Amino acid sequence: MDFNQSADENLFDHARIIGKPHTRVDGALKVTGTAPYAYERHDVVENPLVGYPLGSSIAKGHITRMDATAARNAEGVAAVITTLDIDELPRAESNVAKLFGGDMIEHYHQAIAVVVADTLEQARAATSLIEVEYEEIPGEFDLDDAWKRLQDRDVVSHVGDVDAAFESAEITLDETYYTASQSHAMMEPHATIADWCDGKNMTLWTSNQMIEWTRQALATTFEIDADTIRLESPYIGGGFGGKLWLRADAVLAALGSRETGRPVKVALPRSFIFNNATHRSGTVQRLRIAANRDGRITAFDHAAISHTLPGGSGEDAVNQTRCFYAGENRRVAHHAIDMNLPESADMRAPGEASGLAALEIAMDEMAEKLGMDPVEFRILNDTQVNPEEPSKRYSDRHFVECLRKGAEGFNWSARNTTPGSKREGQWLIGQGMAGAYRGAPTLDSGARVRLSEGRLIVETDMTDIGTGSYTIIAQTAAETMGLEMDDVEVRLGNSAYPAASGSGGQMGAASSTAGVYAACVALQGEITKRLGVESARFESGQVVAGGKRVALRDVAQNEELVGEDTLHFGDFKDELEIGTFAAHFVEVAVHAYTGETRLRRTLSVVDAGRILNPVTARSQVIGGMTMATGAALTEGLNIDSQRGYFTNHDLAGYEIAVHADIPEQEVIFLDTQDGASTPLKAKGVGELGICGGAAAVANAMYNATGIRLRDYPMTLDRMLDRLPGA
Amino acid sequence: MKAFSYERIDDAAQAAARAFEVPGSKFIAGGTNLLDLMKHEIEVPPHLIDITRTGLDDITETGEGGVRIGALVSNTALAANERIRCDYPVLSRALFSGASGQLRNKASTGGNLLQRTRCPYFYDTAMPCNKRAPGAGCAALDEGADTRQLGVIGTSEHCIATHPSDMAVALRVLDAEVETITPQGQTRRLTLDEFYRLPGDTPDVENVLEPGEIITGVVLPAPVGGRQQYYKVRDRASYAFALVSVALIETDDGKGRVALGGVAHKPWRRDEADAELGNGAKAVMAKLLDGARPTDENAYKLTLAERTLAALLAKE
Repeated sequence: MDFNQSADENLFDHARIIGKPHTRVDGALKVTGTAPYAYERHDVVENPLVGYPLGSSIAKGHITRMDATAARNAEGVAAVITTLDIDELPRAESNVAKLFGGDMIEHYHQAIAVVVADTLEQARAATSLIEVEYEEIPGEFDLDDAWKRLQDRDVVSHVGDVDAAFESAEITLDETYYTASQSHAMMEPHATIADWCDGKNMTLWTSNQMIEWTRQALATTFEIDADTIRLESPYIGGGFGGKLWLRADAVLAALGSRETGRPVKVALPRSFIFNNATHRSGTVQRLRIAANRDGRITAFDHAAISHTLPGGSGEDAVNQTRCFYAGENRRVAHHAIDMNLPESADMRAPGEASGLAALEIAMDEMAEKLGMDPVEFRILNDTQVNPEEPSKRYSDRHFVECLRKGAEGFNWSARNTTPGSKREGQWLIGQGMAGAYRGAPTLDSGARVRLSEGRLIVETDMTDIGTGSYTIIAQTAAETMGLEMDDVEVRLGNSAYPAASGSGGQMGAASSTAGVYAACVALQGEITKRLGVESARFESGQVVAGGKRVALRDVAQNEELVGEDTLHFGDFKDELEIGTFAAHFVEVAVHAYTGETRLRRTLSVVDAGRILNPVTARSQVIGGMTMATGAALTEGLNIDSQRGYFTNHDLAGYEIAVHADIPEQEVIFLDTQDGASTPLKAKGVGELGICGGAAAVANAMYNATGIRLRDYPMTLDRMLDRLPGA
Repeated sequence: MKAFSYERIDDAAQAAARAFEVPGSKFIAGGTNLLDLMKHEIEVPPHLIDITRTGLDDITETGEGGVRIGALVSNTALAANERIRCDYPVLSRALFSGASGQLRNKASTGGNLLQRTRCPYFYDTAMPCNKRAPGAGCAALDEGADTRQLGVIGTSEHCIATHPSDMAVALRVLDAEVETITPQGQTRRLTLDEFYRLPGDTPDVENVLEPGEIITGVVLPAPVGGRQQYYKVRDRASYAFALVSVALIETDDGKGRVALGGVAHKPWRRDEADAELGNGAKAVMAKLLDGARPTDENAYKLTLAERTLAALLAKE
């Protein structure tokens, strides 16, 4: 099905099931521990061998010698494969750091060996028997130093005359902001069981957000035909972008299986999540804003840097500044600096989360300089067109409504407007807000639906990383076919199924449901053909055509009817800006003596097109806000700047928000539809929640204390000296 | 994890004697810290002696009006004990601020005292650490190191780790004593100050327990009363180690006691600092933290300790 123009009124505007709060269809499996996750696929693989990786203990250099004799001779060990045993594996386009092979070390905890044994304990114990000698090369690990050395800035885009605008501006802001490197820190580590016993056909039971990308990456890495590879990833215990790619778990498990002729399973140890796998790069960002005294912004100038291994793209923090707010003159520049830390790559709202963490503090600061309410300042500078390219309109933008509704719902007008002056006992109380903007991209997405005896099976390689894909896909299929939720079974995450968008870039919900819709329409075509009618309605489990009603279970007796299609998104979208918007409002308490900051309540008002399921969508938004709270207050990878690695590489040292940090979160969805997005008029919300959320916390902290922090995470040591105490 | 042998011994004195016989053996009770350390091969004991059935799990009255806490009493049971909550509330509060509910259910009183440091270099076996591998050096003292959580006082040129226990800080301020039995069957009692060592040039030796010697309990003296508070400052609201913690007892006679966690290799208390309590937090810390040698990254702990004490003293 081609989607070449905005959707008109259609069945989803009169939905029975779409848009309703259905609880997760996979919920019972999750809470009873019976959802099959990659490392525990006892249902398909009996007694696999267990692989355990060894990581490099230096950040940069070469391995000069490895001796695995003792490990090979250790009890229970079936094989040891060291990185010196094989040539460097070819890198798929999506991999920046090398995954295995050869003597070169690019980062700390790069996988340099895998021990395969009967038990985890045997494999783990034997890794420490491997002797390794290195030739170490000094590396670059300090982003702040790189920022200071940076001379010319690569301008990404420049419209108008920014320098002239700043010279003539009545009010200006010029500040530098710092965001920390962050880890996805998902609960389930990267894990794979590989069966490549015959060295020909490879089957991986793995934990991955993108089935087809990863199948292709495996083909490149092992120089084999993609058709010989099968991937299954039906349940994923969190990804946040960390599982978009092929990683060392799958590579080592596959190598181990080929070597031993038996299935091998490998889970990355927790410490490897931080230094072996990918992370979000920290950024340094200089932001300048110019405005007239009436509050109208005349110019933005935003330059940022982030770190990457050579060949990567870093964390592009300037993109949202290009088009979120109005202003005739604008310039953005981004540098991805080659450094020798582990691979930086996508993490939930890559670029957007970091950029808005700075921009939305800057907007707060600018409002204060102007003597304006920060909500009103944003409303005044709203735009319905891309300000870089005014001929490009926003397809459906209700940011102002988010701001107004949020202010009303949060009782914003009653807030204390003198920073540092509201106190309850030993706590300073503050309120802050921020805007959020995240694009709403879509990717072509396919599915197959099979109807048999009135029951529908949906098959697509779309994944569910905890987001609710199973549920919204069942809703889409039931709605389109006139069935009930109980009549539909959804099967995901298998390379045997048609390729879908996968889960990433908040594309999955909108794209994959559109693909399932297309497949259902194909099935409808098959059914009408069978019945010899031109068109039909599908309702209450029946086909209604030409005054006749036929139960779906009776359309084909003892036969399965199949519909398969891919929804292709057309070029007309390129003429539009399609985005999602939100306003976050936050109340915090900051201890006047110790600087501990505790969240009290949050409200997010969201404009993201049709909300397919308000229960699962709400979880996405509050989950994003929770991650944003972590980014604001505690989450930062600490760098040992001599040794070049992230030191807090466990969940005790890398502090994500826990339940006690998140007392009360409220979400309001605006009732919008964006026909330019998909036939369902839906857009994603998986990344919108984290956008702007950290700045909302930061702005609330400023309102509480009168101390402006521009350095994330905003831990108490950054402001202790300036707090009032008594 | 290295392979190890295991046995269970149901009598404390016999367990001590057996531990003396098998060099490098370790006692295991709750295992909440030891098992983690073994998985990382930070601890590699060849032999484990399970002491969970030695019966040391009672809380009893002492003849002196105090309380004797068996070494196996869980952190949860101790924190919830009515006598502790009424007469030693600082201890109950310290326990509840530690770890998580699940860990407190498993963790024992003796094991809590013997927790190892949370220094990130101690936890990474690829890094030099004098505590883990004596003589290897200390990565935390090298340029560019991550030291925000580490010690500021009582440190040495070989180690700047802290002791992570909350419970021990409260016990220190309560003048508790650790009760042990040696492999030869002798019992002894040690104040917490005597029990814990500073790192010096042997940071791997964290306390004065002799080979095989086993903790059988902790003895609290008769209650001192007064207002008792425990304030643990941390980055997130729960399930995190202290940046700084303060145990404070203010008695009716205007005197009091104060101990700090998160700053040193042992719970940190000085008599001369206690004597300054009437003169405010600044005066106390001038004595208590005299001689501190913080890093650039953790100098904030000096300010934080003073401000935390000030907050407690200012509480209505």
